Amino acid sequence: MIESHSQLATYNFAYLDEQTKRMIRRAILKAIAIPGYQVPFASREMPMPYGWGTGGVQVTAAVIGPNDTLKVIDQGADDTTNAVSIRAFFQKVSNVRVTTKTTEATIIQTRHRIPETALQAGQTLVYQVPIPEPLRFLEPRETETRKMHALEEYGLMHVKLYEDIARHGRIATTYAYPVKVEGRYVMDPSPTPKFDNPKMHQSPALQLFGAGREKRIYAIPPYTEVVSLDFEDHPFEIQTFSEPCALCGAKGSYLDEVILDDKGGSMFVCSDTDFCEDRQAEGHRGHLSANPAEAAE
Amino acid sequence: MSDIPLLKVKALSKFYGSRIGCQNVAFELWPGEVLAVVGESGSGKTTLLDCLATRLAPSTGSVEYRMRDGQFRDLYRMSEAERRFLMRTDWGFVHQNPADGLRMTVSAGANVGERLMAVGDRHYGKIRATATDWLGRVEIATDRIDDQPRAFSGGMRQRLQIARNLVTNPRLVFMDEPTGGLDVSVQARLLDLLRGLVSDLGLAAIVVTHDLAVARLLSHRMMVMKDGHIVETGLTDRVLDDPQAPYTQLLVSSILQV
Repeated sequence: MIESHSQLATYNFAYLDEQTKRMIRRAILKAIAIPGYQVPFASREMPMPYGWGTGGVQVTAAVIGPNDTLKVIDQGADDTTNAVSIRAFFQKVSNVRVTTKTTEATIIQTRHRIPETALQAGQTLVYQVPIPEPLRFLEPRETETRKMHALEEYGLMHVKLYEDIARHGRIATTYAYPVKVEGRYVMDPSPTPKFDNPKMHQSPALQLFGAGREKRIYAIPPYTEVVSLDFEDHPFEIQTFSEPCALCGAKGSYLDEVILDDKGGSMFVCSDTDFCEDRQAEGHRGHLSANPAEAAE
Repeated sequence: MSDIPLLKVKALSKFYGSRIGCQNVAFELWPGEVLAVVGESGSGKTTLLDCLATRLAPSTGSVEYRMRDGQFRDLYRMSEAERRFLMRTDWGFVHQNPADGLRMTVSAGANVGERLMAVGDRHYGKIRATATDWLGRVEIATDRIDDQPRAFSGGMRQRLQIARNLVTNPRLVFMDEPTGGLDVSVQARLLDLLRGLVSDLGLAAIVVTHDLAVARLLSHRMMVMKDGHIVETGLTDRVLDDPQAPYTQLLVSSILQV
């Protein structure tokens, strides 16, 4: 129990009660044992609306301990509403150390991105997942999609990619790009850009996925094969950017477009704020970054 | 035609509680043979077809199918994975309502290509070429390949459904009223097409229909059903020209003469 001198009710460590955490941990263990398989779990009401990361928060609450250091990102950024709120939430209910540094964190809860800095063994990446079922938009029946997973009938997934090529001349799916895990289960990597898909392959970090509204948990254990689906004559490709980051000059990182004025001006900056700030601290400069000498004055 | 049957049905019955769906049905089907099942509404035609096509588990009896390796397998002793694999490779099922057999929200090309992708085809160019070829064979203009079936007429949808089923070169096709709900000229073209495909590909087919003209045109052999029982079987021409059972005589004499 955390010490509290206020009149507010106190919480169990990391908000959830111990029985619930055990239930979630059992689901996580099963998910790790069967990489890519969606394990149903008894998702709880959390003090936030569905769609704001209730699944990720429950997974984090179940795995976090007093010695952990937590980082929370939303679209790669540490300073957006969702990230700030969830970080503050865990600070309050578990009193753990928090950080914005990817390298210092032991648990990283994420929405829509995988950090640019390569993850290390011992780190855990927790994804917030809105719709865990990759076949959902093609096959609306849950009974049928579960059967398709069980029998490894994944032809339908390629129908979607076929449609993309027929309509756009290339695979136009840019996020939530389906992957096959360890040669068996087809999995939705949550709405991360497909730019991040290769980072999941043989990652030394443990990757956990929590879908609160849909009540599913799935996982990719460390050093697991993760292959993005494609066609022989239309191989999987990640997004590329024509210009480097305007603040740190990084090439080969995932960029966000930021509108600068109402005259159509914009700049492209790293979506991973920690990565961008680290590079700037190391002296890297983009064409729009402030001169450090001027900034100091 | 080979001497060994493709399908052996023994003492097949389906009960819905105390009601009879179909009872004690037994027959054999040979490769390349088209068998029509005729009868009035509620006679158990569709129940029988669903039991044969593993869409509905029968109450008793067995259905044995000769696999490509020559071995007979009881359909209801196979694993579900094997059964579903069989359904999308060696078999076809043409529904009366094309919307039941098609994916209405994906393009015609993807509808035809789905079975190829399901059996592991991973080359877009080849899948598309095969789909284009099949659209041509069922007389759908190849520039409609990227249109959704929702934009197709009833006859086109039915032809697309046939192409989707035949793309993996099945040996046995089940058809449930394939021409139901189509106007007569479209019906005639579809029958013509089906007859051509069945003889070109050497398909065996079981066609359920209440339309005796369709049965006469398509089938070699015919079974007449009434109240869940088979009342008469025989060569199509024989049954229609010289019906023996009283019910068949009634059925044949009920055909409207134009």
